[in-house]
Amino acid sequence: MLSFIARRLALLIPTFFGITLLTFALIRLIPGDPVEVMMGERRVDPELHAQAMERLGLNKPLYQQYFDYIGQLASGNLGESLRTRTSVWNEFTTLFPATLELAFGALIFAGTFGLLAGMIAALKRGSLFDHGVMGISLTGYSMPIFWWGLILIMLFSVNLGWTPVSGRLDLLYDVPPVTGFMLIDTLLSEEEGAFLDALRHLILPAIVLGTIPLAVIARMTRSAMLEVLREDYVRTARAKGLSPTRVVVVHALRNALIPVITVFGLQVGTLLAGAVLTETIFAWPGIGKWLIESIGARDYPVVQNGILLVACLVILVNFTVDILYGLINPRIRHQR
Amino acid sequence: MRKTALITALLATGLITASPLASAAGTLVYCSEGSPAGFDPGQYTTGTDFDANSETIFNRLAEFEKGGTKAQPSLATSWDISEDGKTYTFHLREGVKFHTTDYFTPTRDFNADDVVFTFQRMLDKDLPFRKAYPTEFPYFTDMGLDANIAKVEKVDDKTVRFVLNEVDAAFVQNLAMNFAAIHSAEYADTLLKNGKAAEINQKPIGTGPFVFSRYQKDAVIRFKGNPNYWDPDKVKVDNLLFSINTDASVRIQKLKAGECDITLNPRPADLKSLQADSKLNVPTQPGYNLGYIAYNVTRPPFDKLEVRQALDMAINKDAIIDAVYQGAGQKAVNGMPPTQWSYDKGITDAPYDPAKARELLQKAGIKEGTEITLWAMPVQRPYNPNARLMAEMLQNDWSKVGIKARIVSYEWGEYIKRAHNGEHDAMLIGWTGDNGDPDNWLGTLYGCAAVDGNNFSKWCDKEYDDLVVAAKRTTDQAERTAFYEKAQAVLKREVPITPIAHSTVYQPMSKTVQGFQISPFGRNSFIGVGKD
Repeated sequence: MLSFIARRLALLIPTFFGITLLTFALIRLIPGDPVEVMMGERRVDPELHAQAMERLGLNKPLYQQYFDYIGQLASGNLGESLRTRTSVWNEFTTLFPATLELAFGALIFAGTFGLLAGMIAALKRGSLFDHGVMGISLTGYSMPIFWWGLILIMLFSVNLGWTPVSGRLDLLYDVPPVTGFMLIDTLLSEEEGAFLDALRHLILPAIVLGTIPLAVIARMTRSAMLEVLREDYVRTARAKGLSPTRVVVVHALRNALIPVITVFGLQVGTLLAGAVLTETIFAWPGIGKWLIESIGARDYPVVQNGILLVACLVILVNFTVDILYGLINPRIRHQR
Repeated sequence: MRKTALITALLATGLITASPLASAAGTLVYCSEGSPAGFDPGQYTTGTDFDANSETIFNRLAEFEKGGTKAQPSLATSWDISEDGKTYTFHLREGVKFHTTDYFTPTRDFNADDVVFTFQRMLDKDLPFRKAYPTEFPYFTDMGLDANIAKVEKVDDKTVRFVLNEVDAAFVQNLAMNFAAIHSAEYADTLLKNGKAAEINQKPIGTGPFVFSRYQKDAVIRFKGNPNYWDPDKVKVDNLLFSINTDASVRIQKLKAGECDITLNPRPADLKSLQADSKLNVPTQPGYNLGYIAYNVTRPPFDKLEVRQALDMAINKDAIIDAVYQGAGQKAVNGMPPTQWSYDKGITDAPYDPAKARELLQKAGIKEGTEITLWAMPVQRPYNPNARLMAEMLQNDWSKVGIKARIVSYEWGEYIKRAHNGEHDAMLIGWTGDNGDPDNWLGTLYGCAAVDGNNFSKWCDKEYDDLVVAAKRTTDQAERTAFYEKAQAVLKREVPITPIAHSTVYQPMSKTVQGFQISPFGRNSFIGVGKD
């Protein structure tokens, strides 16, 4: 097991350098520098431009900028946003809890309903329910997030007035940020009704972000379940006279979950990518929106380090899933 | 099971609770379009920043009248201009207090030191504060103030003198612009002593109608009404909240759902449903902007006047205003909007006449099928909601007279950079006025000094330029108007540009909002704005 972990860890080093090089290069491939973008159609005074580029360290040759960047990373410094001039790490830690809260909400929604729907569809294979679930999940998978979000807002927020249109909390609640997780902060605060309000704000974005993972999980659970249900040991369990519930929950579901766990892990990437759009629609102050705006403003340090942090997170989750998978399935662990 | 039931019950009660916002008078919620980069106005150039910092927290020596373009007294109660027009003496308002917050308590009232510090910081790279917190002041530089202000000095506590290198008729107008917000020298000293100069950008102290309370990045900015404001009648709400929503459709939905009181920049497609809503007002105003085509006169075939005239008269402007602006635009004739003083109403467009255009092209020796590039910007701008569509319509109009336009587009930053280099034949571009002065249009956009800058036609005409320069060096408005009217005639005759439209500004708001006026500069200012 240890050598398995060591092998996986060793793979992380080139991945890490790959990401730094890629983000460094890609953001610089987009034309225009931060000073020009800020000026828009206005005149860019050459002297002012030179002065700003020097202050930002962008007048050095590219390789020098890259080495400076790596040196800075090595000393644990993620730099400062060019636009807001606050530290990238501070901005990330302020905004990340919002994304995490949204992703958790989406994952809980997708997991609960995805597992349930997939399981029932598998058990009632070929039924109307099965076709219905598979049809809906295909639709869910193909739905553009932007459109889906606006449709839900129009229906539930504007027409029915059940949920708020956007944001994390009604502005009249002045809840000081403690953990950054609104559900926790509202519980800690004295403001009456704030927690429920935060929950109401989370519902629609979580549904929108969770729709694609829901579809994936439902389909995956169904096919894994179908496969397991055909296995000899399930037949044996049935032949032993076990109750159908026990056969499904204890024997079939546990084994069917192995591939589903991998899918859960893979969904973290999907969730973080989807968060970019979901956060924009619902004015959800998380890292997705932050990165999009920083790309627009050519805020190099934010884009480089923001993506690096997100990538590290995805790597970490996949790494954990790998290890978990190895724990569940000895065949993986012993592969050479 | 019991748990599920509990959650469902909680949700149900939560779901039917109305937004508490509806019941809060004294709190005004503005759904803004983006996050400010910071709260130190001098560093920034965009309206999003200025709405959040300069308009709320700060004052300027002079300020634009509400809903207008004329500069009027603010922190300065009056000013004298010397005979030669190069020395301005400002008399400062008495009894103006800087904000008291949990991070700063002022010990003295606003005085000349604050004005001197504010401008010295922008002028002097060696000022200790600027060394501790280095930054550029792009707008100040862009308006040419760094080069033109020779000296700023304190005469006494309540008097400040500016000495200029050259006469600048728009000087007071320039000082009324958002970047010239007056900082507290005392606060700056405190920050500098504590080694926290950078906090001037995160924890602002000003004299303005609203006091900064808290900014939750990308979500909300909280301000409190300033209880000690020098013009107390102008502060009509206790709390002002900026709710940040980048998506235009979402802003509209929030307004309709009562989650905000006022918002900005609706999409043309949303206008009908907004106007039909009985709870909303949608005031409108002709935009103080101009969308136009710049012909690069340094490149053939646009070096020939006949070609520019021909393409100008081959454009069906009415069709463009219908399709691109969806009716929310006004046909443009001159190089500046009709709301600008000195605008010459006597000037008219050449009539739409493809047949005559064809003749002119033939006369100029332009062959049928001559290819040109037509640049279309990749982004929506206040003066042009859909440049791509506009370019396609122009392509179609020009093909009818035998000119083949190839539409070119680059990413926005690159677009501007290449245009500054003059790589285009014809391009779509535009402008929103900065300071309410005609020079900000006729000099900034078409003058010889701007050939390497905003003069995207690269057009330098001596007759025109002499008129514009003379107007800028005169302080008498009637005299200036005469110069500008002549200049507009030359501009129309030489066709370095084809003005297309001024886009109409709509500002949707709840009917409970009182006293809001659309600013020609596109600013969203809540001074004097209250709620029923």
